[in-house]
Order: sequence, then C-alpha cells, then structure tokens
Amino acid sequence: MVELTLPKNSKVSEGQTFKAPSSANNIKLFKVYRYNPDQNDNPQVDTYEVDMDTCGPMVLDALIKIKNEIDPTLTFRRSCREGVCGSCAMNVDGTNTLACIKDISEIKGDAAIYPLPHMPVIKDLVPDLSIPYAQYTSIKPWVQSDTPVSGKERLQSPDERAKLDGLWECVLCFCCTTSCPSYWWNGDRYLGPAILLQAYRWIVDSRDENTGSRLDNLEDPFKLYRCHTIMNCTKTCPKSLNPAKAIAETKKLMLERM
Amino acid sequence: MNSRTRPISPHLQVYKPQITSVLSILHRITGVGLAVGALALVYWLNSAAYGPEAFNRTQEFMATWFGRLLLFGWTWALFYHLCNGIRHLFWDAGMGFGLPNVNFTGWIVVLSSIIFTLGSWFIGYGMVGG
Repeated sequence: MVELTLPKNSKVSEGQTFKAPSSANNIKLFKVYRYNPDQNDNPQVDTYEVDMDTCGPMVLDALIKIKNEIDPTLTFRRSCREGVCGSCAMNVDGTNTLACIKDISEIKGDAAIYPLPHMPVIKDLVPDLSIPYAQYTSIKPWVQSDTPVSGKERLQSPDERAKLDGLWECVLCFCCTTSCPSYWWNGDRYLGPAILLQAYRWIVDSRDENTGSRLDNLEDPFKLYRCHTIMNCTKTCPKSLNPAKAIAETKKLMLERM
Repeated sequence: MNSRTRPISPHLQVYKPQITSVLSILHRITGVGLAVGALALVYWLNSAAYGPEAFNRTQEFMATWFGRLLLFGWTWALFYHLCNGIRHLFWDAGMGFGLPNVNFTGWIVVLSSIIFTLGSWFIGYGMVGG
C-alpha cells in the first residue's frame, strides 16, 4: 500500500555529533542513521567528523574507521570489502549501493548514510531481509530436472551458457529491490527486481527442465506484474546488471506461451 | 529487550529523485490528468450539443487565463503520455534497456513533449488568433 510518510515509530530525529580531534584538518561529515532496539527512542541521525587524511577511500573504510576509533556501537554488515558478497548494501548519498565499492570522493558535501530503504530495521544500518529471502526461496533457485543423473556434468553449449551472463553475477544485495517504489508499496506480494532477475536466471538455464512451472509460479497480478518498468533497479545496481531487462524478457516469455 | 515494532527505514525521504522514477511517476500523473481532461472534453462537446448559450459559456471559461492554463497542461500531459507511452512500447518489446539508452530516451521524451506542446499552441494561435 502506498504510504508516502514514515509511521510514527520510524520518524527520524537529529542525534549526537562526534567531533574530530583538533589535530584533524581534512574533515568530512558522515551523517549516519542510528536505531537501537534496546532503547525506546525513535531512530536518529548521528554526525561523525571523520579525518579523511587517515581514512581509506571507500565509504566502508569510513564506517569501519568510525566503529574502530569513534563509536564502537555503530552496527553494519560487511564482509568481503570488494563488492562480491553483497553484505554492505545501504543507501549512500541518496541511492543504494555497496559501501565497499562506493568512492567517498564521489559524494559532494556531507555523506548521508541510511539502511536500505523501506525495510524493517534491526539495528542501525542492518535491515531485516527475511521477506526477500523468503521470496528467494519461493522461486526454487536450483536446477530442477527429471532426467536421471548420468554420473557426468549436465553439459551446456557456449551459447546456452552465455545466456546466464549478466544474471549469475547478482550477489543478492537487494540494492535494486529496495530502490523500487513498487516494492516499497507492495513488497509483501511483489517479488521485486532482485528475485525476478534470479527467477529469470533459472528460467533461461538450458539445464533446467521446469521452465513451464517456473513461469506458472510468476503468473500473478502481484509477483511479476507489479513491475511498471520504473527502472530505478537498473539505475542503482552496484554490479551494473539489468534486472529491468530480465523482468521484461520474463514478461515476453509469458506472452509467447499464451 | 522491548517489544516495540521495528521502524521502517526512510524511503522517499532520503532517496534522491532519479530520471527513471521521476519520469515514471509523471507518466502516472499525466495519465490521471488526461482522464480528468477526457471529462472536460465531454463537457465541452455536451455544451455544444446543448445549444449556443451553453457552448458560449464553456468557450468563455476556456478563454480565461485559468482555462488556457488547464488546456496547456492537458496538451503537455497528452504529448508527454504519448511519447513516454511509445517508450514503454519499446520496453515491452524488450528494447532500450541499456542505462545510457534509458537516460537518452528519457530526455528525448521530455524535450519532444515540450516541443510538441509549444508547437501545437503556436499553430493553434496562428490559426485562430489570440
């Protein structure tokens, strides 16, 4: 359902400011969303003054520096620090991206950092991704085949394999899904761009024999057809993939089999 | 631990307007505007069928600055919705999904809708005068 404003318990207020030591002379302000489930307060935005002369180049470097040196209570997900795990997905400077591959120098002015948009927040920059994960389960993301196992690999031609390019690279960070206004309003029933790209990845896999039932599963006014080709997904994907294109191809397959 | 429900993270409040989403919501808004415009068109035709007095009243209202503003808005809404609709037809055929392409065709739609609108009014005023 469309709700343009935040519910009462989600309204964000101004928080604390953490000053940099007076020796610092290359300061950038990081305005970071904070929410502590152990207190009864609403979320707030804390301001951290970070000395850029002693900070790495990426947004994740700044967050780690804040956690190590300024405020150990700051909570966020991170792992690979090179854009392959998808853990540090967040809203940086107004669009979704992976903090580890987002250059701080690309941000003009103060750096605003929020969790992935329109998701329940567990703590600080950590959103609850239970629903997208359950939606991922619903598309059965594995090769389904009735052909008995031969003891060898299931072979693909180079052309068949090429169809998976631009799809297999998805790291399920949900930057695209949480950039989509349609998912904001209908995320309980619409699968969202990340899951639909994954669904298409199995639909076009030549080794999979359940294409028909995969399409049946998506034949629904909400699951697939809440995509209105807004294209925020493709615009924001930190891996430069094209979920909107994958969804359009899925819609075409729906038409072709009618 | 307490039992309060988790807050929802900010969305419209923090997400920067994108060429993609702004043009998309404009498509929706112009669509709604055109539906209202269709009612106005019916009203205009109806008044013409009703008789010269009613027709003149409608014409007089349409000639006020407010009436002209409405007509101008509907003209632009029509051309924007038309041009962006054509863009959507290409997307439905699976074409034009590359990001540079999306940006380019988006600006083409904005520009052409403005040119068509101004052109229509230019021709309109040329034909019937102020």
